[in-house]
Amino acid sequence: MSDLKPLLERHPFFAELTDSDLQLIVSCAKNVRFRAGVHLIREGDPANEFFLIRTGQVALEIFAPGRGAIDLQTVGPGEVIGYSWLFPPHIWQFSARTLEDVRALSIHGTCLRDKCDEDPRLGYRLMKRFAQVILQRLQATRLQLLDLYGKPT
Amino acid sequence: MIPTWRRIRARRVETSDTVTLELEHSPADAAPFRPGQFNMLTAPGIGEVPISMSGGAAPGAALLHTVRAVGAVSRALVALEPGAWIGVRGPYGTSWPVREARGGDVVIVAGGIGLAPLRPSVRAILDERDQYGEVVLLYGARSPSERLFPGELEEWRGRGLEVRSTVDVSEPGWRESVGVVTTLLPAARFSGPRSTAFVCGPEIMMRFVAMGLLERGVAPERLFVSLERNMQCGIGLCGHCQLGPLLVCRDGPVVSWKRAAPWLNVREL
Amino acid sequence: MSEARRLELAALDRLFEVLRSKGYRIIGPTVRDGAILYDDIHSSTDLPRGWTEEQEAGHYRLRRRSDDAHFGFTVGPTSWRRFLDPPEEVLWTAEITAEGSWQTRPSPVSEAPLAFVGVRSCDLHAVAVQDRVFAREDGSPGYTRRRASALWIAVACGESAATCFCASTGTGPRPDVGYDLALTEVLEEGGAWFLAESGSPRGRELLERLPGRRVDVEEREKGEDIPRCAAEQQVRRLDRESARGLTSVLEHPHWDVVAERCLSCANCTLVCPTCFCGSVQDTSDLSGERIERTRRWDSCFTEDHSFIHGGSVRPTIRSRYRQWLTHKLATWWDQFDTSGCIGCGRCITWCPTGIDLTEEVPRLLSSSSEGEDE
Repeated sequence: MSDLKPLLERHPFFAELTDSDLQLIVSCAKNVRFRAGVHLIREGDPANEFFLIRTGQVALEIFAPGRGAIDLQTVGPGEVIGYSWLFPPHIWQFSARTLEDVRALSIHGTCLRDKCDEDPRLGYRLMKRFAQVILQRLQATRLQLLDLYGKPT
Repeated sequence: MIPTWRRIRARRVETSDTVTLELEHSPADAAPFRPGQFNMLTAPGIGEVPISMSGGAAPGAALLHTVRAVGAVSRALVALEPGAWIGVRGPYGTSWPVREARGGDVVIVAGGIGLAPLRPSVRAILDERDQYGEVVLLYGARSPSERLFPGELEEWRGRGLEVRSTVDVSEPGWRESVGVVTTLLPAARFSGPRSTAFVCGPEIMMRFVAMGLLERGVAPERLFVSLERNMQCGIGLCGHCQLGPLLVCRDGPVVSWKRAAPWLNVREL
Repeated sequence: MSEARRLELAALDRLFEVLRSKGYRIIGPTVRDGAILYDDIHSSTDLPRGWTEEQEAGHYRLRRRSDDAHFGFTVGPTSWRRFLDPPEEVLWTAEITAEGSWQTRPSPVSEAPLAFVGVRSCDLHAVAVQDRVFAREDGSPGYTRRRASALWIAVACGESAATCFCASTGTGPRPDVGYDLALTEVLEEGGAWFLAESGSPRGRELLERLPGRRVDVEEREKGEDIPRCAAEQQVRRLDRESARGLTSVLEHPHWDVVAERCLSCANCTLVCPTCFCGSVQDTSDLSGERIERTRRWDSCFTEDHSFIHGGSVRPTIRSRYRQWLTHKLATWWDQFDTSGCIGCGRCITWCPTGIDLTEEVPRLLSSSSEGEDE
């Protein structure tokens, strides 16, 4: 497990965490690999982990009868997938499917939540980071909703 | 304000509302334009609009304008068939600093029809590919089928351009990114401080892209955007295209972010 | 060096004769529609002799003078601009050819050269401002052509209207640039006469053909005192240098206050002698075989002025008034290396709600804090 620490250190998501933070997190992490076209996450399943993408592209998707799977957003190396583990009811709201072979770090949700409860400073730093990423995602979503390239009415 | 009349040699449908018009060769093409400049195009009896050239900067290359049907004049232009005549005045305006960008990286960010005014700069750069470091094209479109020049994007990729496309709304079979073009910036391969950036697209998109580029270390004086305002003369005497101190037809359309930002951030200017 | 000469009243009619014999179309001030307008005039009797006007913000009335002065008024709602850059001008027409192309013909050039009589100093400066817009190699051929052949006979102001502020903008009341001949009307008990000075070879040639004699020192001083007195009457002022700071107060709350009063009627832009915006329209006849392109005066107070596909960039009156004032006084410098304001005060007089830029500019340049202390 200890060989994962350099990978955590290198991932932009954890760039601002301290060495001791990473020491705590690494015990919740595992290195994972997915082939292209498989689901990391399925809408409706229990959510108890998140992924730091190291290589490859992942599509966030939602399924609609008659339309099939609709890609909402793609996420690539250096980015994060999965926020539903943070808050009850801990159920995935969307699905995530690999578009290519993907290498990622999976962080176990209960494990990390426990550590944050024990060490609120770590919890604060981590939440700050999550808030930043979620804000960026929100802003991108707002722009996407504007339909900027669509025809002005 | 007297146009020369040119015959349309070919018309290619690009997307549901956009076509590229190729004009017959004329002796005037011997003095070509600089990438990023525009012509005033006349649909006879209907009116005149500014349209950037999307091809023909190199001597002998076909003079192309890619037109999107958004108003009375552009709708008329888009409806014209080969053999029809249109009026052409120009070239007008400033250009992408293609030469000045030599020796460094180039980041080109296009949104929607914004790829058209950038196309001549991409081709000029590819013609002298070894003069530049990393060259990245990030292209955001509404959907895969609303992208301009999809075949060419592939060709450019083969000629040493890193091309990344993203769409707001995916379609079955789309293998590239989904999301706004700004999300491609953090991972794009270029060194901000060594880069010159060319950005063209809707104004909101350009503002957010500029923020992302500045964050990556691109200098505001080496970040260029192409502005759009009402233009009725192209030569600085109709007064419509003002943005603060800028007469966009004369001082633009290509303007550095350093110069444009203070005015773009003021509402209703 | 110009030599100052004394012309008696009779020389005025001689001037008209000489101009006519040289083929000029003579434009000058005349009383029409309850105002002093510029229009075709044929002799000194067409001039507003014995008339003056009363001007204030949103107010203009013709008044009888107690004397017979020919030029005892200031400026009215028209400016010379309408003769150099007409409110509507066909730029070209084109007819379809056998192969479907178009044979284009620029508008005919056969107009007579223009002689402008009674031009005020502020308006000479206005023409110099418009020259920078239109009289360029790639500018307006019509303007450039008319401008090049035009003859300018200026008149020094003997009095200022309450709305005049050319003394503060350095553009009057004594003509200092751009004239061929400058006249000062000297009103004396014994009868009026003109102090005349040429400002160009054409003016000197003209002066030589008018009966008169060299002025003496006393006469010269008398003539030069006249615009000096007019300057002293001025109550309004505008500091053109500090007005450039308007671009730093684009979000000043006072823009909203002005916008409350502004009707966006475009009067100020139509009476302004330096405003140059024009819209371009193409039309076709019913057969579709003949087309033409027309330029018409436009105003930044219309919503269409800033229209791009999707809508107007400046949909509010606030943004349109701000565009007009900041352009006129600040960004004009960036675009044409001069202010767009020459101190004539027309925009003040002809504003139906009496908005006065000499009052608004200092307010806009004053502290712009939006919050107020309790």
